[in-house]
Amino acid sequence: MTAAAAARWSEGGGQMIAEATGVFSLTWLLIALPLFGAAVLLLGGRRTNSFGPVLATLLVGLSFVLGFVLFVQMLGHSAEERAFDQSLFAWAPIGDFSVDVGFQLDPLSMAFVLLVTFVGGLVHVYSLGYMADDPDKRRFFAYLNLFVASMLLLVLASSYVLVYVGWEGVGLASYLLIGFWNAKPEYATAAKKAFVMNRVGDIGMSLAIMLMVTTFGTTAFSGVFAGASEASSGVLLALGLLLLLAATGKSAQMPLQAWLGDAMAGPTPVSALIHAATMVTAGVYLIVRSNPIFDLSDGARLAVVLVGVLTLLFGAFVGTAKDDIKKALAASTMSQIGYMVLAAGLGPAGYAFAILHLMTHGFFKAGLFLGAGSVMHGMDDDVNMRRYGALRKAMPITFVTFGAGYLAIIGIPPFAGFFSKDKIIEAALTDNIWVGLAAILGAGITAFYMSRVMFMTFFGEKRWAKDAHPHESPGSMTIPMVLLAVGSVVLGAALVIGGRFVSWLEPVVGSAEEHEFAIPPLAITAIIVTVSLVGVAIAYAMYLRRPIPLEAPTGSVLTRAAREDFYQDAFNESLFMLPGQYLTRFLVFFDNRVVDGFVNGSAAMVGGGSARLRRWQTGFVRSYALSMLAGAVLVVGALVLVRL
Amino acid sequence: MNPENYLYLATILFAIGSVGVLVRRNAIVVFMCIELMLNASNLAFVSFARLNGNIDGQVVAFFVMVVAAAEVVIGLAIIVTIFRTRRSASVDDPNLLKL
Repeated sequence: MTAAAAARWSEGGGQMIAEATGVFSLTWLLIALPLFGAAVLLLGGRRTNSFGPVLATLLVGLSFVLGFVLFVQMLGHSAEERAFDQSLFAWAPIGDFSVDVGFQLDPLSMAFVLLVTFVGGLVHVYSLGYMADDPDKRRFFAYLNLFVASMLLLVLASSYVLVYVGWEGVGLASYLLIGFWNAKPEYATAAKKAFVMNRVGDIGMSLAIMLMVTTFGTTAFSGVFAGASEASSGVLLALGLLLLLAATGKSAQMPLQAWLGDAMAGPTPVSALIHAATMVTAGVYLIVRSNPIFDLSDGARLAVVLVGVLTLLFGAFVGTAKDDIKKALAASTMSQIGYMVLAAGLGPAGYAFAILHLMTHGFFKAGLFLGAGSVMHGMDDDVNMRRYGALRKAMPITFVTFGAGYLAIIGIPPFAGFFSKDKIIEAALTDNIWVGLAAILGAGITAFYMSRVMFMTFFGEKRWAKDAHPHESPGSMTIPMVLLAVGSVVLGAALVIGGRFVSWLEPVVGSAEEHEFAIPPLAITAIIVTVSLVGVAIAYAMYLRRPIPLEAPTGSVLTRAAREDFYQDAFNESLFMLPGQYLTRFLVFFDNRVVDGFVNGSAAMVGGGSARLRRWQTGFVRSYALSMLAGAVLVVGALVLVRL
Repeated sequence: MNPENYLYLATILFAIGSVGVLVRRNAIVVFMCIELMLNASNLAFVSFARLNGNIDGQVVAFFVMVVAAAEVVIGLAIIVTIFRTRRSASVDDPNLLKL
């Protein structure tokens, strides 16, 4: 299958990339619209306070409409002619090497454009209600627009350098939004943490780009993928691992996962945006986009699978112990992205399923986060689930929409998550039985902790704070939630039945020949659903049948470890932060004492020496005459001596 | 007469001149001593011209005389100016160029 994948690119047979004409020459407008919004809101200042948020929302909406028009146009072409390339201008022409600004619109980026603009647009609408009372909401909407524009640039770019531009733009926007309430020091710290951890991943990206330039002489997708089949296996492995490092940073995978939990410091719509549409999906996109590289390197794919499996289990275990509703959801994102990375690591058998799960996850996770935001909105920004309970009567719409997202994420048929997760687990079982079993275990734990969130929030008895008066949120918040809930219900079936999505992506990611597995697919589905139901049942027994204490019980060693994210921060601090601090302290000491000592010492030496020398300048003519005479005598004496 | 004796005389004159420059305070006397040194060297040049049998030394002696004449003009002008402003011709008094 790897040879077939290479052949697709070296012969240029599978995916023909046509010059963008007609409607498709408007591809750049997709990015320009939200970018324009961000510029207007940021540069316009307070004058745009009144209409800014609505303008930002409209622009993202327009971007979605344009994306949808392009999508319909694209459907009109045959499967092989659905890729369009728009070259705008040469950005940095240096001799034979040139970096061009160009966009590539193909089925893969199309899927992302629709997801990003649709979910992003809904988050904008939701924020109109959620941030209504915030004095700084203009800035908030400017950053949201910047976020969407960067993500669109990332998925539409036709070269790795341009992807990198969008990649950094997403990192910047996430930093600005996580630290939006930066008056609180811990929020500002969380933003910094996300920024720094992302930079670690970005090193992988920049090194990968440098390696591409030296190996292929270009960073354009077409050039790199065409040359990949002739590159040595060592280069391909290095490229794969570097791109994986980049993906782990942006997608919060092991070992760069620690920023995601703290990123909950941002306003809840930001969490929805980061977790569903922008940011964390970028890593999965990068791996799937680079499929010709990963197809050719078994070692890199193995690393991707390992990262995926470890993270999906890590996230799931952490999710079981969190009492903060947003942190529990964050852990679940980590785990679900783990599924996607795992699928992407399976090669052509999994790429399409990774993107499929990304799409359905985008919908139900955005719905869950917006629901969590709605709950917090009604509970005076309390995030502790131990103080919730019995909210289903107070917030019926939130309950139903959150419930749809809940059923989708734990994979109950016929909700969206069932289809996508089922496919991933099947593909994983086909590839390696242990990976598949780990994925099934992850599904069970997912069902457990999501049921825990559900039961603690909406069922049981009231454990509210005394002055809490939960109420349903306004329409601008509930309408996006309802739309996302509809997506969570129908999207999976709509995309999977008839293999529509897989054949849609086939020109980009290729396809795998069918593997017959010993167990029929229906039996696997039955096993997965049963395991999920067992998870639900355990959660039912633990959190619905028994009263929930207001204070978290101490718990076992494992519970405490999971509550502390398995000591990831302590690990990072002791292994990286403290040595780093010692190093900087040593460098400061070295600079103050040794470097400054040397410089200041030589200056003092010259100064002191000059003070001595100055005494020779007495101002008496006769002493000068004496020194001249002495000098002349010395010179003559030396000459005479040499002559002798 | 042995021409080397002229050289000894030139050396003695030069030594007298240089000692005079170093020990006398009066600017006029110092000046005269400088002239003495210049003329001692002139004598040495002429003696060497005689000893070596060419006229190089005599030519240089003319140059020294020209330079000495120019130097006398400028030097005396400076001395007169200093005397006018400071009412003294001592070389130890004007030490204002010291930092």
